[in-house]
Amino acid sequence: MATRVIGIGHPDRGDDAVGRVVAARLMGMPGIEVIETDGEAAKLLDLMEGADCVIIADAALSGASPGAVRRLDAAAQPVPQPMFAASSHAVGLAESIELARILDRLPRRCIIFAIEAQDFTLGAGLSPVVAAAVDRVVGAILGEIGVWVDA
Amino acid sequence: MATKTIKVDYLARVEGEGALNVVIRDGKVREAELRIFEPPRFFEAFLRGRAYSEAPDITARICGICPVAYQMSAVHAMEDALGINVGGPLRELRRLLYCGEWIESHTLHIYMLHAPDFLGYEGAIEMARDHAEIVKRGLALKKTGNALMSLVGGREVHPINVRVGGFYRAPSKREMRVMLDDLKQARDQALETVRWVSRFDFPERARNYEFVSLSHPDEYPLNGGRIVSNRGLNIPVREYDDHFVETHVAHSTALHSHIRERGAYLVGPLARFALNYDRLTPLARDAARAAGLTSPCTNPYRSIVVRAVEVLYACDEAIRIIEGYEEPDRPFVPAEVHAGTGYAATEAPRGMLYHRYRIADDGAILDAQIVPPTSQNQPSIEEDLRLLIDGWVDLPEDELRHRCEQTVRNYDPCISCSTHFLDLRIDRG
Repeated sequence: MATRVIGIGHPDRGDDAVGRVVAARLMGMPGIEVIETDGEAAKLLDLMEGADCVIIADAALSGASPGAVRRLDAAAQPVPQPMFAASSHAVGLAESIELARILDRLPRRCIIFAIEAQDFTLGAGLSPVVAAAVDRVVGAILGEIGVWVDA
Repeated sequence: MATKTIKVDYLARVEGEGALNVVIRDGKVREAELRIFEPPRFFEAFLRGRAYSEAPDITARICGICPVAYQMSAVHAMEDALGINVGGPLRELRRLLYCGEWIESHTLHIYMLHAPDFLGYEGAIEMARDHAEIVKRGLALKKTGNALMSLVGGREVHPINVRVGGFYRAPSKREMRVMLDDLKQARDQALETVRWVSRFDFPERARNYEFVSLSHPDEYPLNGGRIVSNRGLNIPVREYDDHFVETHVAHSTALHSHIRERGAYLVGPLARFALNYDRLTPLARDAARAAGLTSPCTNPYRSIVVRAVEVLYACDEAIRIIEGYEEPDRPFVPAEVHAGTGYAATEAPRGMLYHRYRIADDGAILDAQIVPPTSQNQPSIEEDLRLLIDGWVDLPEDELRHRCEQTVRNYDPCISCSTHFLDLRIDRG
């Protein structure tokens, strides 16, 4: 079964796009199903449905240094809510994951790569320090999928 | 002097970012400001110089929750400028697409954003711990709305199949009929939703609003009709600017709208229900009656019930359209491009959405005006806060704050749309 990679963000709101940029880089790779979305909660729940393994890439605002990449095992433990407070949607990523857990809809494996953002200016591209993290996240996701295939 | 300020620096469970400032002096609300500080978005400015045909796709980007509304107002306005009329199955397909958005947007607000206010939960997650089956019903209903949007619009968010004159591709009869079983199930879920929300405990409050909506002789309004109000306004859409005015206020990046002669007014589910009740389907009317609603409903806290009735209507209407659907000969009405000015209003889930465009002989947009429903409702939201929360000013800070936020959420405000994000300050001095 293909691993589903979901890139979350607003394409034109500075570093908010980084999750989508990561996802786009994985497009067309064998064994990976790539989806880009704006992060709206109910939609995200639908997008996780039927998948056994989901990897999510999203911009974070947690006070870490911009471009820092963190791996969160959402299937194993709750996602710290303040980390993704940057969503302009009414229900953010952390809440969506918890809702999926309560409703028994969380995929068996669910890994989140959180990329610390610097700037959310509308119309701005990725800031250099965040753009520089894209390759690391793409590599980490491929590594993650390699592990799952071997398991 | 006994004064206090209630301040919410970041309003939860609304789309976008904004804040609320309420000043209380001697037990009375003296000031209430909904402060919208999401940066202005300049959509009207960057439409200038673009082709008339790009307006539906550009304006759809204003909102991820109600893109269809922007597309519909844009195409109708361009068609008005070019003098073309889109009828028959293409018009029905537009109504169907709009039904999808109403189901999707209203259901999100009812289940995920508003119901927790009435049931005493912090948010949808806490509610889901105790009411998992109910939340699942809401998600299933919303999903059917999304599926309708995919079917007609090409995809769920920012549909790509809409163009001036109609669609790029019309769905086949067979593709349409596949939706029927899901829609009939959605209609049952919508009826259950009306029953569920009607049992909530509603504050006894009423307001004497001027309700404004579109009105069509034969339809509950979505895509067409005249602009009417319960105080005698009855105008074609092209006279909008003669009667409505937008002004800038210092505390908000969104413009405020007023009726020139009278001031604040209200658009959205309560207004549509008050002005078009007899054009709901019998099923939706019966459900409204059984839910204890009478038209007009002047209690804004009951808007959640009206919203649920509209979801039921949208399911019913979608079934009617699909059952009667005949594939059009061609998916769009062609247009000859020439200079002109076009006006249109359609009924977004949150209320009337007005667009006006002036285009040049080559179809380039010379100027554009977009008035989203949340801008129109902002003065009424502030009046509600001044008039409705007086009875609650002695409540403990947390409860008063919650009542203020609930009062704002009655409107399902889409702050992203109206700016052109929410934070609550209550000042008790």
